[in-house]
Amino acid sequence: MKQATQKKVAQFLAFLLLRVCLYLVLAVLLLFLFDIGKKGGGAISWEFLSQAPRKGMTAGGIFPAIFGTFLVTLITALLAVPLGMCAAIYLNEYARQDRLTRLIRLAIRNLSGVPSIVYGLFGVILFVNIMRFGTSVLSAGLTLGLMTLPWTITASEEALKTVPNSYREGALALGATKWQSIRTNVLPYAVPGMLTGTVLGLARAAGETAPILFTGAAFFLPYLPKSLGDQFMALPYHLYILATQHHQIEQVRPLAYGTALVLIALVLGLNMTAVVIRYRLRRKRR
Amino acid sequence: MKKRTWANLKESAIRAFFLSCGILAVLVLIGIFATLLTTAVPAFREIHLADFLLKANWDPTSPEKAEYGILAMVASTIMVTIGALLLAVPIGIGVAAYLSDVAHWRVREIVKPVVEILAGIPSVVVGFLGIVLFGPVIARIFHTGNGLNAVNGSVLLAIMALPTIISISEDSLNAVPASYNEASLALGASKWQTLFRVKVPAALSGIIAACMLGLGRAVGETMTVLMATGNARAFPHGFLSSVRTMTANIAIELGEVPYYTTHYYALFAIGLVLFIMTFAVNLAADLILHKYQERER
Repeated sequence: MKQATQKKVAQFLAFLLLRVCLYLVLAVLLLFLFDIGKKGGGAISWEFLSQAPRKGMTAGGIFPAIFGTFLVTLITALLAVPLGMCAAIYLNEYARQDRLTRLIRLAIRNLSGVPSIVYGLFGVILFVNIMRFGTSVLSAGLTLGLMTLPWTITASEEALKTVPNSYREGALALGATKWQSIRTNVLPYAVPGMLTGTVLGLARAAGETAPILFTGAAFFLPYLPKSLGDQFMALPYHLYILATQHHQIEQVRPLAYGTALVLIALVLGLNMTAVVIRYRLRRKRR
Repeated sequence: MKKRTWANLKESAIRAFFLSCGILAVLVLIGIFATLLTTAVPAFREIHLADFLLKANWDPTSPEKAEYGILAMVASTIMVTIGALLLAVPIGIGVAAYLSDVAHWRVREIVKPVVEILAGIPSVVVGFLGIVLFGPVIARIFHTGNGLNAVNGSVLLAIMALPTIISISEDSLNAVPASYNEASLALGASKWQTLFRVKVPAALSGIIAACMLGLGRAVGETMTVLMATGNARAFPHGFLSSVRTMTANIAIELGEVPYYTTHYYALFAIGLVLFIMTFAVNLAADLILHKYQERER
């Protein structure tokens, strides 16, 4: 009898401890969001969102940084989304279980673990120097695109996996070629899922700083980039500068909070849209 | 007949196109390694490899004698990472265990996306919060200047590694066959005993892999440590010293260094060391996970 109570008490305490772990994680997240929401909210105004920084970045807004992040993410998407989808189509539809396939999968998994600053170094050599794009929004976007590629491949493959095999077999049985069956019976069902998955990757890319540090992000620019060969301002880099590199750090703290809020709203907004859509898609399938 | 060969040709062309997209991933990985290697090698015309790896002084702009030892940075990276894992591993496994075995499924449905939100916070924002939130608290507790030191970096990296550790550990706990669970409960073990003595050991390889992936992420993280650890070049004396990791050093110096100098090449050499370290960790995690999945089949 006594042993049984002891067992119960032990279980109660252990589960309590596990629960505390969970609450701790949730508390950290809430603390983050609360702090940035509260202190950043005060800085947000129409002027802040629509104007360029003024007076050595101690006043004015962050519009060039918002615009730059939008532009660079667009380039990232143009590179990473189609390539990611095509690679996923190969892996899920065409690939046999052979050595080449295993090699490709291994490469993808390892690419997603390569540090972002290493992608930055790669971008400096490949895009800035060898391809002579210079430090520009194009170089930065392509660098981020390569970094995003493993994520978009994985996400697209997950979406392809959810299409039942019978769809493919039905088309093939009617005499369709492999590509016809993919085009008519697989892709229409997989593309929405592929897109939501890739949005998650793009959101992550939009918030990255290290890969764009040396490939095109600028400290301050009085004008917006006019071509793909121009440098650009980006939200994450702007936050880094306001938080650590500015000569009047205390004075610009509210602006830094405001920038952080805009960045986090952008990234989490994209994230949540994707998560909600994916959740709905999954439910529909059940 | 002719039409058919044409169709066949088209089909194989399409297949070849998709295959080339897949192979691109391999090429990028090889390309990263090759560019880092070729750009790092010229550094060793002037620096001895042994000095580079084993000396602690990094002072490339010294007017007397430039020094290129990365040991202090490597030690800083390892120290901050170990600190992060000490926090993230127990908490992460705890949360994973709670979600897989204790929590109601509704709680799980809510918490999993929330953990994904945590994973989605950009590293530069985490670093910023390290400066404005954790820095002052750490400074008050330990009575140290501004609180930008290894502890701060470890706490932040732990938070960033948690989502990885939680989600992969939970997956591997869920992959433990239900029969293990049932057998243990039928023998009279409590739910907690079953979880701790049966399920966690059965899922251990997956949990270890999760922790290693978290480790890889912490080693390669740049902005957070750059902003929150103070970046002093000296060899770290303890968790309260200001440290400069390998990633932070690249980020600080690459912007100012003239192209094609020994200093420039040496920064790529640090990148190469970083790449090899993370590659080894990720590959090991991958092998563990792979073996584990095969056994499950």
